[in-house]
Amino acid sequence: MSRLWKEFSKGLWTELPPFRLVLGLCPTLAVTKTADNGLGMGLAVVFVLALSNLMISLLRKIIPAKVRIACFIVVAASLVVAVELLMQAYAYPLYQQLGIFVPLIVVNCIILGRAEAFASKNGPLLSMADGAGMGLGFTMSLTFLGGLRELLGSGAIFGVHVAWEGFQPLGLMVEAPGAFISLGVLLALMVFVQNLQRKRRGLALVEAPGHDCKSCGCCGKADNA
Amino acid sequence: MQEYFLLFISAIFVNNIVLAQYLGNCPFIGTSKDTGVAVGMGSAVVFVMFMATGLTWLVQYKLLVPMGIGYLQTLAFILVIAALVQFVEMFLKKMVPPLYKSLGIFLPLITTNCAVMGVALIVQREEFGLVKSVMFALASGLGFMLALVLLAGIRERLAVRRLPVAMRGTPIGLVMAGLMSLAFFAFKGMI
Repeated sequence: MSRLWKEFSKGLWTELPPFRLVLGLCPTLAVTKTADNGLGMGLAVVFVLALSNLMISLLRKIIPAKVRIACFIVVAASLVVAVELLMQAYAYPLYQQLGIFVPLIVVNCIILGRAEAFASKNGPLLSMADGAGMGLGFTMSLTFLGGLRELLGSGAIFGVHVAWEGFQPLGLMVEAPGAFISLGVLLALMVFVQNLQRKRRGLALVEAPGHDCKSCGCCGKADNA
Repeated sequence: MQEYFLLFISAIFVNNIVLAQYLGNCPFIGTSKDTGVAVGMGSAVVFVMFMATGLTWLVQYKLLVPMGIGYLQTLAFILVIAALVQFVEMFLKKMVPPLYKSLGIFLPLITTNCAVMGVALIVQREEFGLVKSVMFALASGLGFMLALVLLAGIRERLAVRRLPVAMRGTPIGLVMAGLMSLAFFAFKGMI
């Protein structure tokens, strides 16, 4: 039970994507114009990630090592097609807002990265906990980033106007440059806080995580790297 | 003719695939620490994007639409792209070893580069014809390469500067990408 909680909760802080694991940057930047969109995208990823981890874990002994990446892609793509059809049926406005980023969940490195790094080596329950935790962490990050950009860019959160009279919205924040800059600054702030804590404990300072091959594994060459 | 020219220019500068459309950001941040690597990755993307867009266009209009299974688009496209990348890798290894040597290590990464799949999907949503689609893909690939090489140049300079520890690496890369994106905004008035 404690192991299950550990695998679930690591995605919420210690390995929080996309801040600690720099994966899945495209949806992070693209759909976080508003908190709503960030939340919707995050939930779609939770669905795909939890189920793809579960299925890959169940199939892990049948899938031959040589073609495993192709197999992971097929599993993820089938789930993404399911999400697309579900969204078209029950959340059509959101589906239109997210545009091509719904089908692009299939090439989100988080899905393949977790399949390669976790689900192909662990049991179904643990894998599902890992997927759900990572997915929820991703949802949290996207909603937070979306809320921040929406607040600064249009003075609202979840579409509810909260800014005071005379508030000048920073239009840049809801455009592409704002996405890059706010993610960069948030990442730096997170490392800064982490380093403050480390300094107090007398540990060496760390730099922000990069896009390293170990946590991604998208190309299936992580072993050689 | 003019229409094609405008599409070509706007796909490179105005609607740059990375800086304005948010596609292909993982390799954009991941492989932009070194100009040589950036050129290699960029040319591999141009090549694969061009071929993948043409091929997925044919799959869409000669296979999926006639058979009435358009809802399998996502699944079909990613399989076509994965198979294509594998095939290109094998072909280059056998036939053009020097090119394989410089591009080989980037090819497997391209399957999960969302810019490739993204362009294939954009041309379907915009309902471009085949020629227009591959032109758009070529221009988008060049736009990706341009952004990647420029950012790599900036980051090479930054690597020898004294920066606050928290800003080093990915955060400053992202902020620089934001400033570049701001600069590319200026092209909006061009067309």
